[in-house]
Amino acid sequence: MSLLVATLAIGLIFAVLAVGIFLSFRVYQIPDITADGSFPLGAAIAARCLKEGWDPASATAAGMAGGAIAGSITGLVHVRFKVNALLSGILMMTALYSVNLRVLGSSNLQIAGSTVFTPLDAFAQRAFGPSVRIAGYDVPSADLGTLLTCAIVAAAVGIALTLFLRTELGAAMRATGENARMLRALGTSTDRMTVLGLAMSNALVALSGALFAQMQAFADAQMGIGVIVLGLASVILGQTLVGPVRSIGLAVTGAIMGAVLFRLLVALAIRAGLDANDLKLVTAVVVLAAIVGPGWLAGLRARRGGGSRAPA
Amino acid sequence: MLRLDGVRKTFNPGTANEVRALAGVDLELEAGSFTVVIGTNGSGKSTLQGAVSGAFELDAGRVLVDGTDISGWPEHRRAHLVGRVFQDPFAGTAPGLTVAENLALASKRGKWRTLAPLLRGAKRGEWRDLLAQIGLGLEHRLDDPIGLLSGGQRQSITLLMATLTNPRVLLLDEHTAALDPRSAELVIDLTVRLVARSSSTTLMVTHSMQQAATLGDRLIAMHRGRVYLDVRGAEKRRLGEADLLGLFTQMRRDDRFDAAACELVRGQYR
Repeated sequence: MSLLVATLAIGLIFAVLAVGIFLSFRVYQIPDITADGSFPLGAAIAARCLKEGWDPASATAAGMAGGAIAGSITGLVHVRFKVNALLSGILMMTALYSVNLRVLGSSNLQIAGSTVFTPLDAFAQRAFGPSVRIAGYDVPSADLGTLLTCAIVAAAVGIALTLFLRTELGAAMRATGENARMLRALGTSTDRMTVLGLAMSNALVALSGALFAQMQAFADAQMGIGVIVLGLASVILGQTLVGPVRSIGLAVTGAIMGAVLFRLLVALAIRAGLDANDLKLVTAVVVLAAIVGPGWLAGLRARRGGGSRAPA
Repeated sequence: MLRLDGVRKTFNPGTANEVRALAGVDLELEAGSFTVVIGTNGSGKSTLQGAVSGAFELDAGRVLVDGTDISGWPEHRRAHLVGRVFQDPFAGTAPGLTVAENLALASKRGKWRTLAPLLRGAKRGEWRDLLAQIGLGLEHRLDDPIGLLSGGQRQSITLLMATLTNPRVLLLDEHTAALDPRSAELVIDLTVRLVARSSSTTLMVTHSMQQAATLGDRLIAMHRGRVYLDVRGAEKRRLGEADLLGLFTQMRRDDRFDAAACELVRGQYR
């Protein structure tokens, strides 16, 4: 039970990552690998700022800002110098590795003292005592506080992005991903939209990293490896969950659900004996299967005749 | 109103794919006029539109709208002056956005995209009336993703979007060429009505001799990057489809003569 609560909390932190990847991958159709660098960047900046005595909220915001800067540089390299989006991301990711080491001052950094989770952890402990009995298991109430913080942040991020994508600016960003030529003909610089979109995406990824570091109480230069694939897995899984939808809100919700579900599946797999070292291999295979699978299944269904969903 | 001064453009200069698309075009279109452009393949008719819309930088010459030189402006900056409809019926709309969202984006043509909700204060009633004019029942589909509509339906909406804010210039680039005959007829019909009502200076490229003969108050034939023929008024009205086909035969004959002349000259220098 305690494991479940912790897993859900991490799942919700990765939901923030998934929403960021949703923005780059689904809205712009760019699998932005900058994420592998901006996730630890967010973590590193937050950890460093906390060490320097900043308050947790400002430290987290600073991490987000770092991600936004990283994303906008990737975007600028892509649109200004016409470098392939994937390559721009790879360059930025590589550059960020050094930046992260600089920020951390060493290969990792412990976080002591209070974090963004402290207020609600303390609140839960005051309200429920040291532990709560849920379904016959003792759960530390601090974990519940952490879960609550994660849920609030994930919900806020999901709602904010949904509302944003319905604004003039957000709709222009969606149109950029779908039909850049049209948007230019309507008088909006698609270059600016792309830079802004990648900045926002990486700000969310960095936020996720900053939260993750504070939950684990340390930041590590290596913690970004495979983050993009994890995010893609969540987004694709989420899309499978909610189906082909018209509503942006539902699509964003799908990404959040996908991240949590994916985390649960990972926890179950490890409990069932999966070697944690094999996790990234399994994740990559799952992503590949999720991308290729639906088309393959649809083909199978069509051959059997009937049962397939009508095109939306 | 719309003026082109000595406009030149060569694509891929110095390579095997070098194309001299515009070889010095001077043109002045009066405000509110409707000019039809025809020409052989590769004659520069689409490039002419690109020069106005800012799809590329000119090698030489200027483009002026109401006396303002816009030659150096990027594409998106010109958009508040220039409405466009492309040949590809899917190029003018964003498929995942609804009909209303597409129209809303077009209604803010050339303006800053703000954080205001896109559909707040949307002129749904006005849009419904506009869509009803098309006569395809689109007025009931404001909240459907536009990707669900057919090419003809989407091209009709693109046309509405291009004229929604009454831009100074309207560019139609073979906008019925990729449609089936029935849809093409519908879109042309809508074009005539919208152009008649708007004050936009319209430049329409077409492959259809029938459209060229019946539409517009001025006709320009392009050939080898130059204006080959420019007629208007009564003279334009007198031109029939057969005359235009004759014109094409003549342009092709000129081509043959040029090629033959080249061969002759080459022989002498060998």
